[in-house]
Amino acid sequence: MTRARREDLQGRALVSPTVLVIVLSSVLPLLAVVLFAFTKVRLIDIPRISLSNLTFSTANFTQLFASPTFRSVLTTTIAYATLTTVGSLAVGTTVALVLRRPFRGRALVRALALIPYVLPVVASATIWKQLLNPQYGLINAVGASLLGWESPIAFLSTPTQDFLGLPVPVTLLVVTFFEIWKTAPLVFLFVTARLQVLPTELEEAAAIDGAGPLARLRFIVLPQLRGVLLLLLLLRFIWSFQNFNDVYLLTGGAGGTEVLAVRVYTELITKANIGSASAYGLTMTAVLLVLLALYFLANRRQVDS
Amino acid sequence: MTLDGVQTGWHRTWRQVLWVAVIALIILASVGPVIYGVLLSVRPLSAIVNEPLSIIPPPSQVDLSSYATALGNEESGGFGLVSFMRNSVVVALLTVVLTTVFSVLGAYAAARLNFFGKRSVNVLFISVYLFPGIVLAVPLFVLMSRIGLTGSLVGLLLIYVAQTTPVALYMLRNYFAAISVSVEEAAMIDGCGRLAIIWRIVLPLALPGITATGLYVFMIAWNEYLYALLFLVQDRPRWTVSLGLAQLTGATVPAPVLMAGSVAITIPVVAGFFAAQRFFVSGLTAGAEKG
Repeated sequence: MTRARREDLQGRALVSPTVLVIVLSSVLPLLAVVLFAFTKVRLIDIPRISLSNLTFSTANFTQLFASPTFRSVLTTTIAYATLTTVGSLAVGTTVALVLRRPFRGRALVRALALIPYVLPVVASATIWKQLLNPQYGLINAVGASLLGWESPIAFLSTPTQDFLGLPVPVTLLVVTFFEIWKTAPLVFLFVTARLQVLPTELEEAAAIDGAGPLARLRFIVLPQLRGVLLLLLLLRFIWSFQNFNDVYLLTGGAGGTEVLAVRVYTELITKANIGSASAYGLTMTAVLLVLLALYFLANRRQVDS
Repeated sequence: MTLDGVQTGWHRTWRQVLWVAVIALIILASVGPVIYGVLLSVRPLSAIVNEPLSIIPPPSQVDLSSYATALGNEESGGFGLVSFMRNSVVVALLTVVLTTVFSVLGAYAAARLNFFGKRSVNVLFISVYLFPGIVLAVPLFVLMSRIGLTGSLVGLLLIYVAQTTPVALYMLRNYFAAISVSVEEAAMIDGCGRLAIIWRIVLPLALPGITATGLYVFMIAWNEYLYALLFLVQDRPRWTVSLGLAQLTGATVPAPVLMAGSVAITIPVVAGFFAAQRFFVSGLTAGAEKG
């Protein structure tokens, strides 16, 4: 047996356990979700489900596209994903730039800045729920005594509240803020890694030529961060778009924060409807894929021109 | 246009103050909520409700009984977090062992060997990593119920292994790629087989990386909530820490007990993170440098 042939066989043998696990736990379920989306099947039917007794129809999708719920949930999801992505990129990049200049204790501050990202999501959601509590939470207490709020704000169950004559989606902004708080450290981590390998000559030369710190940031540092920021934009959007834990743990979908992932869960568990849960899940995946395709098209056009 | 060297004094001081303020804000935002949780957990509920603003309790008021209530078993009036911790430790450790075995083999192949289908396997792994977990949760819930694995930690274990293997494999591949191949080539000339090379040469050299990856996998399993909720919610004795704490939040449990529970399940994760922080950072961001 030649060396290349042996390497080929060994390579395939070594990845096969992983491929097997992934086929069983992800590829087969993906096929199943497509199947379920086109059938009328509910949780009580589980003991009787088999390939031979499924009847196919597009009823789940007809209902889904006709319902006003779907449109509002989709809008909320896109708003939530966009705001959290932009917010976490902005905050994470700012933190990375601020901590770029060396100072005593910088390593410790950098480690502390990662804490929101490593905390168990259930623990951080529980802590934030206390902070935001209308009766005894610190934020409402500060608002009442220092900022003169007349009545406490129910941060986690207020779809809109008028503020200076404008309707503000309070709860949606709160869950968005929480997600930015939790995910900005990842952006910070990646941007810091990129900053550490930037060549310093360009910046030094620009400084000698009289470019101020803001000009150096705008014309030298940020262009070099473009690649890593575009990657993070993509990853963060994909993850925020499908986020279940954070929204569900904070509000359960109340206060105008029902996103697609929470809706899939509600259809499955509360409404006990496997078919419509699958239809929601599949539609969610399709929307995500379309948005990704648009992103890549827009990027390619930009590169071309 | 201002040059750094000829800036007026007050301008510079102002910038310095702003910079220190931003760093203080970063520290406050990162650590503040955790400290608030710790402070709430040692105060009686009545004190919290009456004086929400005096967040630092006088030493005479400090009361650790919430920890006993949160952690203690149900017979003694507690909420049983210690038994949930036992479940989580078992599931998380088994996940670490299985994921490490799978991902070491796969990562070695990805870093060192040329084989047919390597590209498609890569695409498959990345897709699984990015695919919406909630969408797969629907059929997995149905399949697991059908074969009777809901209410069992085995079903959860299988899913955790599948969900963590791609990211572990990616991290390990970067560590392996950084190890020089010359030792391996020498060993191969001496007649060492592929598995022997992995076991005797690659594993010892990559041990720091493997430890960090293992800790990261442990954290993911320990923190996981959605699948635990779907599979185990009916079955209280099998709850994991994340599910257990979330279920407490839904019930009418006083704030100090909730905070004690949050602090208790956070400590192992934060301790592990600080122990291996250096390795995580390099493992997670490998590739970003090229970016």
